[in-house]
Amino acid sequence: MSDPMVRMTGVSRGYGPVKAVRNLDLTLERGGIMALLGPSGCGKTTTLRLLAGFERPEAGEIEIGGRTVAGQNANVPPEKRGVGMVFQDYALFPHLTVRANVAYGLKNGQRRSGRVEEVLALAHLEDLGGRMPHELSGGQQQRVALARALAPNPDIVLLDEPFSNLDASLRARVRAETRDILTDAGATAIFVTHDQEEALSLADEVAVMLDGTVVQSAPPEDLYHRPATREVAEFVGEANFVPGTADESGRFVCELGDMPACGACIGHVEAMLRPEALRLRALTDGEESASGATVLAREFYGHDQLIKLRLDSGPVLCSRLGGGPGFRPGQRVGVELRGEAVVFPRT
Amino acid sequence: MQRPSGGRPPGLVWIPAAFVAAAMLLPLGYLILRSFEDGWSGVLEVLLDGSTLAVLLRSISLAVIVTGASIAVAVPLAWLTARTDLPGRRTWAVLAALPLVVPSYVGGLVLISALGPRGMLQGVLAPLGVERLPEIYGLPGAALALTLFSYPYVFLTARAALRGMDPALEETARSLGSGAWKTFFRVTLPQMRPAVVAGALLVALYTLSDFGVVSLLQYDSFAREIYTQYRSAFDRTPAAILGLMLVALTAAILYTESRTRGRARYHRSGVGTARRGAQVNLGRWKWPALVFCGAVVSLALVLPIGILLFWLARGLVEGEPLRLVWGAALNSVYVSAAAAALAALAALPIAVLAVRFPGRVSGLLERLTYLGYALPGIVLALALVFFGSNYVPAIYGTLGILLFAYVVHFLPQAVGATRSALLQVQPSVEEAARGLGKGPTKVLATVTAPLTRSGIIAGGALVFLTTMKELPATLLLGPIGFDTLATSVWTATSEAFFARAAAPAILLILLSAVPMYLLVIREKKQ
Repeated sequence: MSDPMVRMTGVSRGYGPVKAVRNLDLTLERGGIMALLGPSGCGKTTTLRLLAGFERPEAGEIEIGGRTVAGQNANVPPEKRGVGMVFQDYALFPHLTVRANVAYGLKNGQRRSGRVEEVLALAHLEDLGGRMPHELSGGQQQRVALARALAPNPDIVLLDEPFSNLDASLRARVRAETRDILTDAGATAIFVTHDQEEALSLADEVAVMLDGTVVQSAPPEDLYHRPATREVAEFVGEANFVPGTADESGRFVCELGDMPACGACIGHVEAMLRPEALRLRALTDGEESASGATVLAREFYGHDQLIKLRLDSGPVLCSRLGGGPGFRPGQRVGVELRGEAVVFPRT
Repeated sequence: MQRPSGGRPPGLVWIPAAFVAAAMLLPLGYLILRSFEDGWSGVLEVLLDGSTLAVLLRSISLAVIVTGASIAVAVPLAWLTARTDLPGRRTWAVLAALPLVVPSYVGGLVLISALGPRGMLQGVLAPLGVERLPEIYGLPGAALALTLFSYPYVFLTARAALRGMDPALEETARSLGSGAWKTFFRVTLPQMRPAVVAGALLVALYTLSDFGVVSLLQYDSFAREIYTQYRSAFDRTPAAILGLMLVALTAAILYTESRTRGRARYHRSGVGTARRGAQVNLGRWKWPALVFCGAVVSLALVLPIGILLFWLARGLVEGEPLRLVWGAALNSVYVSAAAAALAALAALPIAVLAVRFPGRVSGLLERLTYLGYALPGIVLALALVFFGSNYVPAIYGTLGILLFAYVVHFLPQAVGATRSALLQVQPSVEEAARGLGKGPTKVLATVTAPLTRSGIIAGGALVFLTTMKELPATLLLGPIGFDTLATSVWTATSEAFFARAAAPAILLILLSAVPMYLLVIREKKQ
């Protein structure tokens, strides 16, 4: 935490009695790309608007680039914050060409210095400078919005659900392009999304927001493998919860066997097992196993498949396997554990 | 996600808005004050007078007849031009909307000169031994004139509803086993109802407030009675009380309508559908349909213009000077242009407040501006005459007070147009500009203004058109000797100098047609 570009401390903001954001803390390093991930209505967009200056916090403090922009005695208006914003609907100026849109935020000197062409090139828009916004495809509009936000060299770029208006087929490509453009520009960026795949694949740091506050902020792999709470585990990726016991030596024991565990609690616990941690083995007719189960359903995705199964002892779990030949509903299987469990106090 | 920008509106917006709202309240407030000058007893004396009751009944029956007749004419026209294979339906649609540019008193003039005693029709029929025509003065003439020149209100709204309707609704009904007629009555007509009601409301309000037709055709409804009282009686308080009654009647209608409007919005389908509804094949019914369209257009458009041209030619032959007309035209144009500019300017803060800072206060301010609709021209003029002569004699009888009356009267049109233009600008577009380092004023100049310009201009054009045609306020409040096209027509017609009225009337129609044309063109582009 040497050089934070964004720091929010204890920020709250409500609409009447409803607190959209409460006591929120957030830090992002210079040059980092952060995803604000959460279900709809969790306050992600409000957080973004607080950073941009379109909303005022009721409590707490916001710093951007080491300068306090909102807090007790400070309220810097949006135009003085050095924050670039990409809106969900892109909000391109419909009466201006692509070039004029990009040039809008620049001072006259910057405009003459060729910054516009530089940014257009960065966003691969060289040939579209003369077009009007309505003459562009959705992906192109998105790039114009991004280029326009990047042009004045803002301290941070904020993106509000930047890919939600795109077709699924286009989304993956635009996502990768966006990442490249942001990296090339050396920008610090925060984007809001409710799509965990988007958050995990695009961001250096993912902040999970639930009920108006950040419950965990961590690199994607930490978030996935070491969720801080049960809610985070449930929200990010699929999770199985299995009761059992944990001991001081860091092992978790349950009906399916035992495995290494991480997490602070011992005794009666509940462990989170990712679907990849469950391996399946076909049982031959009449073969019995302590960890026997019956396949309920199978979802095939090509590169992998999800198998839903019911343990003989009752609980329904989920296993992720490679894309090879699968198991049919009704088939008998034995379950084996591998990897690491994350343990939480039993509820 | 649309959210109001946080915080209070800037003083630049709410201070002018508050001023405008206060100005809107002034005429009505003063009218009430004036009516109750002698306390309740004075008011009751006028209210309970038998002749007042007769005036009320006459006004209501005229409004009911005109509204009913307008619907009967307009709905079939709308359906024929929007949904059938009627030959030339686009042309018919334009022609059927055009009578809107004929001011009611010009319609009155045409009717009297054509059908009145010693009029053109009688002149033609006299050799055949016809000595008397049915009486044109009174209710029949007034109802005919008002219907012919105000049915387009219903026509335009009904047609728009038919064109905007989602064809899938009708198709669903058909596939569920409804026949064509049953579908029309159970699906199409109910869908049109809100639009027809909206148009009918405009017709009813227009009929109640109209001064030109009822005065020329001598039908003693509120507007004429108020004018007579104002002109003849020494004590002008009864005129004020009658005016207040007319306002109450208008307000009652508006209130009833607003209570049912919540559902109306629900009925309207979204803007623009991908497909147009199926076209009905008229077959043999094509001929009666053409006759119907032809009859309406002849009566409401061809006949008036033909008669005016006839009188114009006759006047020119007899050496009627045109010089006076040019002076009046110049007066009309510049006073209307000034009113349009002022109204557009006054509408801006109100619309910004209503759209960008929604809340109880801004909603109230916006609704106050709609008082202009509820105040008939004659009542507004009367109130300002009283107020001006009693309190600010310095501006009484100047162009200033006349312009003030115009702005108060026609502000709703400007607010409506500006408001819908602003609504089309996503708040995020303005916020994007803020985020790019521009202050609120810069954003207004470089983003909001260019995007709303055409809407604001359209609102101004609408005000220009209506100001051009306005009669009672111009008559009562204009400076002495200040002739406009409207007052020229009025003066010449009331003295039965039809030839003298023809030139200004034609000019008035032509000038009013310009903004109308602009609005239609604009509509097409969108």
